[in-house]
Amino acid sequence: MQPRKFEKLQEIINKHEGKVSHLIAILQEVQAEYRYLPEEVLTYVATAMGVSPATVYGVATFYAQFSLVPKGKYIIRVCDGTACHVRGAAPINFALRKELALPDQQQTTDDLQFTVETVSCLGACGLAPVVTINDQEVHGQMTPEGVLAVLAKLQAREQQPAEQA
Amino acid sequence: MIKTRQEYTTYQTKLKAELAREKMRVLVCAGTGCVANGSLTVYEAFEQKIKAKGLPVKAQLLEEAGGHEPYAVNISGCHGFCQMGPLVRIEPSGVFYHHVKPGDVDEIIEKHILNNQLVERLLYHHPATGQAVTTQDQIPFYQKQTRVALEHCGRINPDDINDYIAHGGYKAITEILFEKTPEQIIDEVLASGLRGRGGGGFPTGKKWQFARAATSDKKYIICNGDEGDPGAFMDRSVMEGDPHRVLEGMMIAGYAIGADEGYIYVRAEYPLAVKRLKRAVVAAEEMGLLGYNILGTGFSFKINIKEGAGAFVCGEETALIASIEGQRGMPRPRPPFPANKGLWGCPTIINNVETLANLPPIIINGGQWFRGFGTAGSPGTKTFALAGQVAHTGLVEIPMGMSLREMVFEIGGGLRDGKQFKAVQIGGPSGGCLTEAHLDLPLDYEALKQVGAMIGSGGLVVMGQDTCMVEVAKFFMGFVQNESCGKCVPCREGTRRMLELLTKITRGQAGEEDLALLEELALVVQDGSLCGLGKTAPNPVLTTLRYFRHEYEAHVRDKKCPAGVCKALQDYYINQEKCKGCGLCAKVCPAEAIAGAKKEPHAIDTARCLKCGTCIEKCKFNAIYTA
Repeated sequence: MQPRKFEKLQEIINKHEGKVSHLIAILQEVQAEYRYLPEEVLTYVATAMGVSPATVYGVATFYAQFSLVPKGKYIIRVCDGTACHVRGAAPINFALRKELALPDQQQTTDDLQFTVETVSCLGACGLAPVVTINDQEVHGQMTPEGVLAVLAKLQAREQQPAEQA
Repeated sequence: MIKTRQEYTTYQTKLKAELAREKMRVLVCAGTGCVANGSLTVYEAFEQKIKAKGLPVKAQLLEEAGGHEPYAVNISGCHGFCQMGPLVRIEPSGVFYHHVKPGDVDEIIEKHILNNQLVERLLYHHPATGQAVTTQDQIPFYQKQTRVALEHCGRINPDDINDYIAHGGYKAITEILFEKTPEQIIDEVLASGLRGRGGGGFPTGKKWQFARAATSDKKYIICNGDEGDPGAFMDRSVMEGDPHRVLEGMMIAGYAIGADEGYIYVRAEYPLAVKRLKRAVVAAEEMGLLGYNILGTGFSFKINIKEGAGAFVCGEETALIASIEGQRGMPRPRPPFPANKGLWGCPTIINNVETLANLPPIIINGGQWFRGFGTAGSPGTKTFALAGQVAHTGLVEIPMGMSLREMVFEIGGGLRDGKQFKAVQIGGPSGGCLTEAHLDLPLDYEALKQVGAMIGSGGLVVMGQDTCMVEVAKFFMGFVQNESCGKCVPCREGTRRMLELLTKITRGQAGEEDLALLEELALVVQDGSLCGLGKTAPNPVLTTLRYFRHEYEAHVRDKKCPAGVCKALQDYYINQEKCKGCGLCAKVCPAEAIAGAKKEPHAIDTARCLKCGTCIEKCKFNAIYTA
């Protein structure tokens, strides 16, 4: 473990004055830094804040937003809220997982490029079905073909980083 | 910085004059839906291109535009007609353009803005008559609406506090701080009959009375923006489109119960709402309308914004409090109720976003005015998120008591793609599925409760003939099972077992006895669960069992899915006339269940078929069908 990693962590904890009521916010910022919550980081947060590792682990596993395993560079979220569901979110999810050859129970590709997850509702029901990329790009009225085109664009972006720069 | 009431009044008069000076106002919707459709580039195009014509343009009310009659180009909150985005509304005429692309901006400027002519092709056309509808208010989707909570959404710039003040903002709180006692405020809200818009429907004034009566040095107001119901997005639209209204509502509530601090708990899935609320808090503080000793009255109020981390159960009051305290968001038994013992043990009032947004107009116009809308038992208006297989999806606000039929067929324009109406799911995972027989039911708290549904937060998902109600029940059960916090056994284990049963039914592996077991379990979970999530979780199952029992029976008796949705209950066939014998299906079939001679029609061996659907997907001639 490099000491640098903990420096940044300590900075986040200090910013929140180590307040236990800020635990969720601290974990959110830590996850934004590392893209997930590694176990040693959780232990460090607990020790630094003076709470038990079980408390931190308990919070980290309770909320859907936190991930204890690394996620991909691109997080593709397929909305499976009611509106998206009745307008066909399942085939979109299916198409993505198939294209990325993701086995059941696995959300992230082995090369850590893509994570495919479903989300309960993004609140963009008027545009159902909806897919978001890294919470930035929102794609509405999606179809299996449409989402594969979006994916292909992301893959192309990855393959030619030099030309883009 | 506004320090006195006089200063506020002077400032507001100045802003109103500024507003009146605007020659025209172009409002480009910047709600999540329209932004996804590229409305921000439309907005930029308007700003640049009007400027390029040498006209004075401003993006904020007080911006110096260098001209007497400036053109305001503003972003606005959600107009509600999300599916038609990007949306553009032009004031003062109220002309409404939809599906506006950056390439359309030149034409709108040339024709409408410079020469007062309409751009006909971008207007809404009445689906029945084909006639163009000029203004927003004349569109059937809006015609039947009454906007109170959403009054400013789509009309003002959410990022400009001055725009809010010019439209009457912060007038209610200013008035009460000088003229009314907290008790008078509570009486007014009681008189209005306002009930909690988050789903429970508890009278807001009564809740406040409890917290007012509680003695404590510290009290809190929490705004519940953890809109977790899949299919509902009204709170998001209010927080994004009119954030100052939420702040003002919280201040009114705070003054009424004697709280000096508030929290807004926003879902992590709503980044735009978080951004706009944070900006609004800073702007209100800088203006002196929020913070210490507001307008010299001695009343102080501080607002913090807390982001959730993705847990549906946090919409429940006590779970939400635990989450703000930094813990796992798990509910606890009540009493003590939060009004007596809430956040950090202090008396706390939790009001939903929409409830709070209703407060400023109630204060300004009086409780009796509010009672002028809706029904005796459910006064006022309510926002609904109309979604699913309906022609016009979006956010609507109607007086309570409107019939479901008016909602679905007049505002929603009926079903899309000529589908036939089958059911409407109302109130999210806590609500129920209603049928055609309920179409004339008035939408209010009591009527819906009687038929086993509830208004909930107002999600209204319309479903057509090709929806399988067992699958819908399974969908909701999967949702609540996943979101159950696990604290109490009936909810944790009960939802899991119900999901197993529903899965069995959709796979054709269930027997008649499983229906009885499902019903029994549902009643146990309803009675035995600790919090609202568990208590209401069986509602979709119970209502579908009640109103669509024949569909369940078809699944267990005949092993058929009448809607043709449940894959495991279908057999795959090849239409012998359409099949060209290309052999693609046989090649992709993982079970080698398809065979046939080259260029001759193929056939599927239903015994070997896995029902995976790959062949249907691959067939170029649409020759494969299920039955």
